[in-house]
Amino acid sequence: MGLFFHIGRYASFMRSVLRRPEQGAVFRKLLVEEMNAIGLQSLGIVALLSVFMGAVICIQTAHQIGGWIPVYTIGFTVRQTMILEFSPTLIPVILAGKVGSNIASQLGTMRVTEQIDALEIMGVNSAGYLVLPKMIAALTCIPFLVILSMALGIGAGLWVGVSTGVSSAADFEYGMQIDFNAFDVTYALIKTCVFALIISSVSAYHGYFTSGGALEVGRSSTKAVVYAVVIVMVANLLLTQMLLG
Amino acid sequence: MIEIHNVSKSFGAQTVLRDVSAQFHPGKVNFIIGRSGSGKSVLTKCTVGLLEPDQGHVTYDGRNFTEMDRQGRKAVRQEIGMLFQGSALFDSMTVAENVMFPLRMFSDATEAEMRDRAAFCLERVELTHATDKFPSELSGGMQKRVGIARAIAMNPKYLFCDEPNSGLDPQTAIVIDNLIGDLTREFNMTTVVVSHDMNSVMEASDFIHFVHQGQIAWNGPTSELLTAKSEALNEFIFASKIMRELRKTIS
Repeated sequence: MGLFFHIGRYASFMRSVLRRPEQGAVFRKLLVEEMNAIGLQSLGIVALLSVFMGAVICIQTAHQIGGWIPVYTIGFTVRQTMILEFSPTLIPVILAGKVGSNIASQLGTMRVTEQIDALEIMGVNSAGYLVLPKMIAALTCIPFLVILSMALGIGAGLWVGVSTGVSSAADFEYGMQIDFNAFDVTYALIKTCVFALIISSVSAYHGYFTSGGALEVGRSSTKAVVYAVVIVMVANLLLTQMLLG
Repeated sequence: MIEIHNVSKSFGAQTVLRDVSAQFHPGKVNFIIGRSGSGKSVLTKCTVGLLEPDQGHVTYDGRNFTEMDRQGRKAVRQEIGMLFQGSALFDSMTVAENVMFPLRMFSDATEAEMRDRAAFCLERVELTHATDKFPSELSGGMQKRVGIARAIAMNPKYLFCDEPNSGLDPQTAIVIDNLIGDLTREFNMTTVVVSHDMNSVMEASDFIHFVHQGQIAWNGPTSELLTAKSEALNEFIFASKIMRELRKTIS
């Protein structure tokens, strides 16, 4: 089906998703469950990846500098890489795999087992009931995960730099502070919020409109991740040009 | 009463329903029967609004459901209960939570009142012992009964059952058939059952609509089914040996 068909159906889907929830209490309960699933249950993988990436960036930078390039460049590079690109872009890409596939397969299974039809028959706005809590949970939790990732990555870089002897703590901390622009963090968080919405809504769209059986649920899940990552990359380029260009 | 007026539905070049009109009577179990692919599921989906007909409309007690806006449909849908072929219970909820779900979404009842209503509905389908179980812990027949309990939780005026006996053994199927019949009379619901199971048809139906090649080829009370003059209907109902034996006995 054509691109315009999907854009139109996505817009119509979002209009249904963004309607006022039928029951505030039910919505709040679902929101807490989704924040647990999207936020808390992603803490481990985000922490692990951030620590290793911060450490690797530190060692790679140390390997490349020498001669006239000062040692504090290591701290500077770790900070800039974590804040500008790794945490706000690669963490959402990884979450697109974990959270996005989960959302798509959950909604896809609900579709093929007629649970979504059951909601509709009862008069429930199924798109809003199922998807809005996921989108708001992603919008609130993923930025926190990204901030945590920045802190852990930079901390791991410092620890590895000092423990391997490639940099002193003072040099690393000096590099971390030099030429710091607070807008870089704002830029990173703006990107993260946009990516969180893309990941949750694109995955939900693919899952919600699944038709067929188990095979199609698997396909929807794969498509959800692929499309979410591609759209995140395109949005990354556009936002970077708009905000930093 | 539910009335279908001149409904047609196509998917691309394939016409599934052609100018179908039917009436489903209140307080009766109305069966839609027909071969696989004849259009009975599409007819049901058009009736409950899961599919939009290309032409024609559906009325619920005179209210034009097809032409209604979202809010109007929402109000009518709260008068509809539906049992799905695969039960469509919510996996993440217990049996009691499944039954309480429509009440939680659309009633002002307190938690205690909702629990009482769920207990009543589950008692009606003889599942009070399964209140705290999850759907995955239940047999197919039990899941169907939970589906029925959920469908009647809001005290609906209209009950739809899509292949209620699929995948069930004959004894459990009879339990489900009788339950649907009893509840229809008890709550004076307009019940519509989609099925191709002739045992179920003979057990539970009051009125029958036979769908053949996207049209209602025959309709009438169950008492006239075996003597109907429709060739397509006779081919359908006397396809099994047991029904042919029954015809011999009757004649």
